[in-house]
Amino acid sequence: MKGFFNKLPEQAVRVIVVFLVLAAGVFLIRQFIIPPEMKEPTLQMESSMEREAAKEVKYAGGQVCVQCHEKEHDIKKAGYHRDLSCESCHGPAQKHADNPTEAKPTSPRKRDYCAYCHTYNSSRPTGFPQINPDTHNPRKPCITCHNPHNPKPSQTPRSCAACHAQIERTKAASYHALLGCTVCHNTPEKHKLLPRTVTPTKPDTREFCGKCHDKASPGNKGRPTVDMDIHGEKYVCWQCHYPHMLGGI
Amino acid sequence: MDRRDFLKNVCLVVSSGVFVGGLSSDAWAKLIRKDYDPSKHYYGMGIDIDKCIGCGRCMQACKTENDVPDVPYYFRTWVERYVIKTDRTVTVKTIGMGGEEAPDTFVEKDILRSFFVPKLCNQCDHPPCVQVCPVGATFKTDDGVILVDSKRCIGCRYCIQACPYGARYLHPVTRVADKCTFCYHRLVRGLLPACVEVCPKQARIFGDMKSIASPLGRFTRMNKTHVLKPSLNTDPKVYYANLDGEVN
Repeated sequence: MKGFFNKLPEQAVRVIVVFLVLAAGVFLIRQFIIPPEMKEPTLQMESSMEREAAKEVKYAGGQVCVQCHEKEHDIKKAGYHRDLSCESCHGPAQKHADNPTEAKPTSPRKRDYCAYCHTYNSSRPTGFPQINPDTHNPRKPCITCHNPHNPKPSQTPRSCAACHAQIERTKAASYHALLGCTVCHNTPEKHKLLPRTVTPTKPDTREFCGKCHDKASPGNKGRPTVDMDIHGEKYVCWQCHYPHMLGGI
Repeated sequence: MDRRDFLKNVCLVVSSGVFVGGLSSDAWAKLIRKDYDPSKHYYGMGIDIDKCIGCGRCMQACKTENDVPDVPYYFRTWVERYVIKTDRTVTVKTIGMGGEEAPDTFVEKDILRSFFVPKLCNQCDHPPCVQVCPVGATFKTDDGVILVDSKRCIGCRYCIQACPYGARYLHPVTRVADKCTFCYHRLVRGLLPACVEVCPKQARIFGDMKSIASPLGRFTRMNKTHVLKPSLNTDPKVYYANLDGEVN
């Protein structure tokens, strides 16, 4: 072996040595300096997941708040805001949970915060309590009348429009504008206090609409009338005609 | 010190450093969290269109939780308002997060129907964004969440182009692709995603599809659900109840 190296010209030996050093260098760099996650996709994913999982939590979650704020929780769970998370209004509170005296969550007291949810918008689901902020006690903060942890209407609403604003506004532009809601809807007084459990009625017979819209109805002054016997067959009128809409459909 | 000694010392220092560094390398392979096993979960979300009131709390909470830039073009989740008029024209607009939205200009009697649609990354089972990534920076975890490796991403925007739901954006500060992670850092701690946590109407339901008794299981049992763009075979894991045919 030694003889073999001695026979090689010195230049060749030097080249071989340089080559071996380079090869060893590449091997060492690849093996030890380049982090394994750059070579192995599963390790790369794991380290990425680890980084993602290590991110800071800012919203503490509802179970944390109740541990100290039991009173507020008890009030809230009996009211309409029972499904609302504390942090929906008070903002991220993880810092407050970690260090209750130093960091304080916010308490929105201005009108515009409640308005995010409760301003009237035609896309909001029917029955969700909505108001028009320009006409509903303008410039008074909501919390002067409503307790946000138990937001009952401060007094029983006088008109149906307090809750059914969408219907009220549609009806105001329709031919039925002058009819009060209670002409067609038999509304128990308790509906104002328990709107979901005690509900008003809807006209459930064809004859009810027929009182005005039958051909034979008395005192017809330009009202659209039909022959109730042949028109509409088995359907109740409001299954085709929307009574709140302008002119009906 | 002659040249020979110098080279010898350099070699020793470098190689010893390499070996010390090499020893700690298996630290990379350690578990994400000891008490959390990704393969035991498979996450999905349910959204009930009929419950959404379009208050924008989810968008705000998402931005706060995930440090998304606080300008109205970068969203991990957003809410679209659909207005379908009686002449069948459809208007779609992403709502603002507060009072800055212009007042309603629609005439009530022109509206046939109208509703809000919350949107986010659908965490597809067959994600097109993962297919197109040229460097393998985006991938699907065992628990079914699509993540972006921000260290690996080169910011080429292929994935942003490829996503059929428009769920990705280029983060203006880090210059890498960013998207909804179902708040992965919250999931591993057993918390709900921030948008689900703050939703005042429970329009968003989150759950584990590998668990029988999860809120999502009940949601998918009790509702007729639909996914967005089913024809693309992306198999989204965000399920919509009461979805209108106009939504895409």
